[in-house]
Amino acid sequence: MPQPTLLSRITDFANRANPYPLYEELRAAPVLHEEEDGPYVLSSYFDIEALLHDPRISSDARNLAAAGDDELAGDETGGLPPSFLRLDPPEHDRLRRIANSAFGPPHRPRRIENLRGDMRQTVKELIDGFGDERRIDLVDQFAYPFPVTVICRLLGVPREDEPKFRGWVDPLVASLDPAAGQDTGGEFQKSAQEARMQLGMYLAGLAEQRAKEPRDDLLSDLVNSEGPDGAMTMMEVLSTSVLLLIAGHETTVNLITNGMLTLLRHPEVLARLREDPGLSVRIVEELLRYEPPVQLVPQRTCIADVEVRGVTIPKGSRIWLVLAAGNRDPERFKDPQRFDPDREDIQHLGFGSGIHSCFGAPLARLETQIALSELARRLENPRLVEDPPPYRQNAVLRGPRHLNIEFDGLRD
Amino acid sequence: MPADHLDWLRREGRIVVVGASLAGLRAAETLRAEGFTGSLTMIGDEPYEPYDRPPLSKGVLLGKASPLHTELPHRREIDAKWRLGVPATGLDLSAKRVRLADGDEVEYDRLLIATGVRARPWPKEDEARLDGVCVLRTREDAADLYRRLKAGPRRVFVIGAGFAGSEVASACREMGIEVTVAERAGGPLVGALGGVVGAVAADLAVENGVDLRTRVTVTSLEGDQAGRVRAVHLSDESTVEADVVVVSLGSVRNTDWLAGSGLGAGPRGIACDAGCRAFDFRGIVTDDVFVAGDVARSPHALFGYQFLSLEHWGNAVAQAETAAHNMICHGADRRPHLWMPAFWSSMFKVNIKSVGVPPMGEQIMIAQGSLAERRFVGVYGHKGRIVAAVSFDNTRWLEFYQRQIERGAPFPVEYPTVDRRPEGRQPVDAQFPDPSLPTHGPMVTMSGYSPADQQLVFHPARH
Repeated sequence: MPQPTLLSRITDFANRANPYPLYEELRAAPVLHEEEDGPYVLSSYFDIEALLHDPRISSDARNLAAAGDDELAGDETGGLPPSFLRLDPPEHDRLRRIANSAFGPPHRPRRIENLRGDMRQTVKELIDGFGDERRIDLVDQFAYPFPVTVICRLLGVPREDEPKFRGWVDPLVASLDPAAGQDTGGEFQKSAQEARMQLGMYLAGLAEQRAKEPRDDLLSDLVNSEGPDGAMTMMEVLSTSVLLLIAGHETTVNLITNGMLTLLRHPEVLARLREDPGLSVRIVEELLRYEPPVQLVPQRTCIADVEVRGVTIPKGSRIWLVLAAGNRDPERFKDPQRFDPDREDIQHLGFGSGIHSCFGAPLARLETQIALSELARRLENPRLVEDPPPYRQNAVLRGPRHLNIEFDGLRD
Repeated sequence: MPADHLDWLRREGRIVVVGASLAGLRAAETLRAEGFTGSLTMIGDEPYEPYDRPPLSKGVLLGKASPLHTELPHRREIDAKWRLGVPATGLDLSAKRVRLADGDEVEYDRLLIATGVRARPWPKEDEARLDGVCVLRTREDAADLYRRLKAGPRRVFVIGAGFAGSEVASACREMGIEVTVAERAGGPLVGALGGVVGAVAADLAVENGVDLRTRVTVTSLEGDQAGRVRAVHLSDESTVEADVVVVSLGSVRNTDWLAGSGLGAGPRGIACDAGCRAFDFRGIVTDDVFVAGDVARSPHALFGYQFLSLEHWGNAVAQAETAAHNMICHGADRRPHLWMPAFWSSMFKVNIKSVGVPPMGEQIMIAQGSLAERRFVGVYGHKGRIVAAVSFDNTRWLEFYQRQIERGAPFPVEYPTVDRRPEGRQPVDAQFPDPSLPTHGPMVTMSGYSPADQQLVFHPARH
């Protein structure tokens, strides 16, 4: 029997709980090309950083299809035109500019900050909801519901519609991560398809309303944008909303869950956070380095020959950028395997870099800072029930499926 | 240098930093961070602790930031003696003493010169004294200009369409103030970025309502009987009425105080080696005098070892750190200052960033985006290799081009990019003006191979 390839070992579910030794092997061959029709896999911090700014690297879904798509690249928008995540400039730039004018400075400098109160309230309610339970699943009872509520407030989904909205999002998000052995052609996919359609129709209706009667929300800004780029078309609004929803959901769940897992494995840091909520800023940055919610970017191709460390990656090749490996590259970081929020230079590839760097980064940062500092403050003597916890199937958006935690009580 | 002397220097030596702005502060912090425990004296001609200048021509003019609150954040305690508001007036190399304007003298074991530049004043002194004639370099300049803009002048006249002048014009338009800009070259930013990019900057200015006059010079400023400026006369014989005139003709290096000191200092700056040690006028490197920031000119390996003068924020920081490190370490541990020139600006809501030395390029290619859309990356070539790049609202690609410059990648750019347009397939003449013509100053200057800069010795009086 031939030796399994390093890539197949990385995608092998058996290695999900701790892929970091495999990433170390990966870095020993920083430009890895194991199989003729396989991707070129990049794992050094500096190489990844460079390629994320390289204009010969394309994110366009059409180029990827031409290069021979693979199972990891996924397709989150089904039926809708590609979102800006899957486009190159100039189309990417136009859509991202419009989206950005609805999301942050200079046009909406307070949009994220204004969600702070809602976020705090949601976190409080979720923790209060633990009630008398002294053993919870942090994923199902906290990390999973939290980002959906936030994205609803951001988009402008009325509160009375939130349960309905959540009802569509759940199967959709679940379909991104078919559990091992699940029938992927059957009911599961069908209900996701159905949910996608319902969600699309709902958002289209809401967007039409907002076009007539704008409110102070993101959807209103997307459909009424008056900048030099004009407004988005309805289809563009839909694919952008779905992108924000899907891309912003699983990643935030994982960041919060990986965060709590890491803190429970480093109780001295957890104790410090309890005393000093301000430490959450550094903790979240170090988490994005140490346990990034997006482990690798498998969606890039090169439109010209690109030379990296003496290896020529031929035009048309698929390229994987293993962010999580770069984040622990000893060429870049001192003591890279150590979780250390006190690092002098916390930098990371956790949000990518270049023109596709995470659009929702300011939102994800704030959500996770609030979530972790409140969990640290309110849970008395929290501890892991099992270590490692059970993981999701997904190797790209890697994180625990459940995180069972026991604690002695809730502080107010 | 024997190790025991270095140990003594690090422990109880006297280091004097002349120039208490960005470079001076960062150098002082680096000295302390690297273990210097001796005495540290900071001498500055302005009466303020170090402050940041980039906001002065941007947010400060719009009232978004106070000119009095742009202090530079301190990275660490530097435990220095501050001599603020007292300019240095002379240097005695053999006695190792700095003379101050108040007659005091300060002795040093090691000296760092970071005196920077000042705004080039309007050359006719009586006209320059008219009320309403301004320059913009210091926090006081910015406070004064802000006050005048806020008073609602009928028209502001900006002399010189370099970066600072264009930023002032942009601020005026954002405040709804009429503004005329006069430029000797064919467009704004031409000295720094060439005529191809200058044409884009010209369109941008005009579209934002700037009355742009190119290929003209200002011949005189006219005052009223109360001594207030009232009109500007141009070389095309036109006259423009204005009640604020901003003189934006680039800068003058603060080296006058070194006249006769024997250092290789002159109008183009103070020559130093790649390790930031100053040259004397004979071209011999000094042991105890170091230079950093805008006032320095140092040879750069990537650009044929020509001396480069850079008026860039990032350069000041990097060079200060290198100079400070080299001041207190063994010869073998010294580092060269190999900073990639880079600067940014913002005007009319467009972010402009550049890496490398654009004026070195003869040709430009629009490697990404489009000039007409004013979102692009332009790449400059010199003798078959890439020497610079500029971006308009396309900053995130610039790192790539920086690496191309560092490795001497070939020009023209043959490979496709994700946003290559038909207009970007062929290189074109970058259209830099004849360097012998005076202009507003391009902020990056190649200043030849001579460390002595003997102009100082023979023509010290006029810049």
